[in-house]
Amino acid sequence: MKATVFILQRLYHDRSAFIGLVLITLLFLTAILAPLLSTFPDAVWDFNPKDRLLPPGTQYLFGTDRMGADVYSRVLFGARITIVTAVIAVGVSLLIGVPIGLVAGYYQSWVSELLMRVSDIFLAVPQVVLAIAIAQTLGPSLNNVILALSLTYWPWFTRLVYAETRSLKNEVFIESAIALGAKPWRVIVFHILPNVSSPIIVRTSIGMGFTILTAAALGFLGLGAPAPAPEWGRMISESREFLPEAWWYAAAPGFAIFLVVMGFNLLGDGLRDILDPRIRRASREHN
Amino acid sequence: MPTVVGLITIVFLISHIIPADPVALIAGETATPEQVEELRTQLGYDKPLLVQLGRYFVDLLQGNFGTSLFTTRPIIDDLSSRLPATIELTFMAMLLSIVVGIPFGVLSALYRNALFDHVLRIITVSGLAIASFWLGIMLQLLFAMRLGWTPLQGRFDGFPPEGITGFLLADALASGDFDAFGTAFSHLVLPTLTLAFPALATVVRFTRAGVLDVLQSNFVLYERAMGLPASLIVWKYILRNAMVSTVTQIGLLFGILLAGAVVVETVFDWPGIGNYAFNSIAFSDYNAIMGFTVWAGVIFILVNLIVDIVHAMIDPREIRG
Repeated sequence: MKATVFILQRLYHDRSAFIGLVLITLLFLTAILAPLLSTFPDAVWDFNPKDRLLPPGTQYLFGTDRMGADVYSRVLFGARITIVTAVIAVGVSLLIGVPIGLVAGYYQSWVSELLMRVSDIFLAVPQVVLAIAIAQTLGPSLNNVILALSLTYWPWFTRLVYAETRSLKNEVFIESAIALGAKPWRVIVFHILPNVSSPIIVRTSIGMGFTILTAAALGFLGLGAPAPAPEWGRMISESREFLPEAWWYAAAPGFAIFLVVMGFNLLGDGLRDILDPRIRRASREHN
Repeated sequence: MPTVVGLITIVFLISHIIPADPVALIAGETATPEQVEELRTQLGYDKPLLVQLGRYFVDLLQGNFGTSLFTTRPIIDDLSSRLPATIELTFMAMLLSIVVGIPFGVLSALYRNALFDHVLRIITVSGLAIASFWLGIMLQLLFAMRLGWTPLQGRFDGFPPEGITGFLLADALASGDFDAFGTAFSHLVLPTLTLAFPALATVVRFTRAGVLDVLQSNFVLYERAMGLPASLIVWKYILRNAMVSTVTQIGLLFGILLAGAVVVETVFDWPGIGNYAFNSIAFSDYNAIMGFTVWAGVIFILVNLIVDIVHAMIDPREIRG
């Protein structure tokens, strides 16, 4: 509890991390309150031909799309898809990646060697390339995009946790715990895990931003939730035939992606400064 | 090499294990049940999995990726005829991000916390947060559609110059055709900018961090104490050290660029392998997507291998270690 308060205080004083926190809070509020905040909550999936492709105005804040739906309301509801995608994909990656990294780092055997080789292969190819292959195999749907992102992102956590665990294993306090007869699972859960949590938290924040970008790219390529779901990447791809006239149609969802990813990146950078004492010391020296 | 074997195994697992009926996927949506069964025996999908895996390796080693449903040509031919376009674009983007990124990163470190550093920080943070397909569309909207300064999309107007390399810029120069060079170049501007932006942001960030580290080191202190001019210290000794760390980042940069190429080529209708992947998705051309995955992966692994070798050659510490 004390640590949380400390982190929040420091975040408050770091200007860019604070902006990041505000952006992410706004994203979550938007997703939860989408039905209340949107001006046309029912029109998100409706077909309304007489109001097609209207420019932004007082009635339609961000204009309307090819179906005559309010772009502003669709962007708000799109925040839900974005959050669900990123939270589940990064959450599953954490659940797969962290235990594998801990176990592979703690026990030195051919099994851990094999596990790390497998994660190396995933890291050897850009994430979006493998995600395309998996999502296409499973067929275009939101669930499959989430699955594809989870299956391709966990090695990032494994790599990170593995390296940290390896170096922690030689620390005196870990050796003491083992010498005192602590069981391996006890050492891993109570002594190693708390000490690798900082880099995990930083990676989670940055990973959220990265996953949102990749998910949007998959949506843009036609692999995400099928129409008429208000998925941001798909909205941008739909808008292309109506350019340059309907610029708002493309601009609004892209700007939403930009703000959200920026929020997670700024927060991740800020958390890194706060949680990693080595870097913190270095940056103080430079000042 | 083990990585390539592993990659092919993973792609095999994706393509043979995950789908309920892989043959139906390969045959496409219009195939009749009889055609699917015929294809199953023809492709050997009725055999045990290990036999299939072995066959898969043998096929890939012979360059046999199957036939594309969409172009009805061998996938290997499709991919290799499209590779020069992707290499040209990726190379230009890499060049831009390094040539612009390194000096900016150095200046940003030297003027730490000055206005220049803050402005550049906003730009680099944006570069890592922007969806490149959206940036491309916005650039098209402004520079091609509204202002008409650049072509909207494609790689060339009309028939591109004949050449051996397939790189239009090089071919045009070699034949002395400067009009063609201009046309090819104008088509390259927007896609290169779009693709380079996130990579550029990464280079600036790494160079800045690297230079800040070097600035603290003892040899810089020594050179200062010896009264060497500041510009010589910065642009010769510090930059040389920063360059070494940039070479190690090229593999990472290439990953960013390759991932970006899929969507950027789609936006600009650039006839490379990224655009090919997009068309394959649109036509559910299953074999073609798997072929693209293996190709992109192998190219990426090769580039990283080359980077490791180059790095070992220019960094004496690596040789001793």
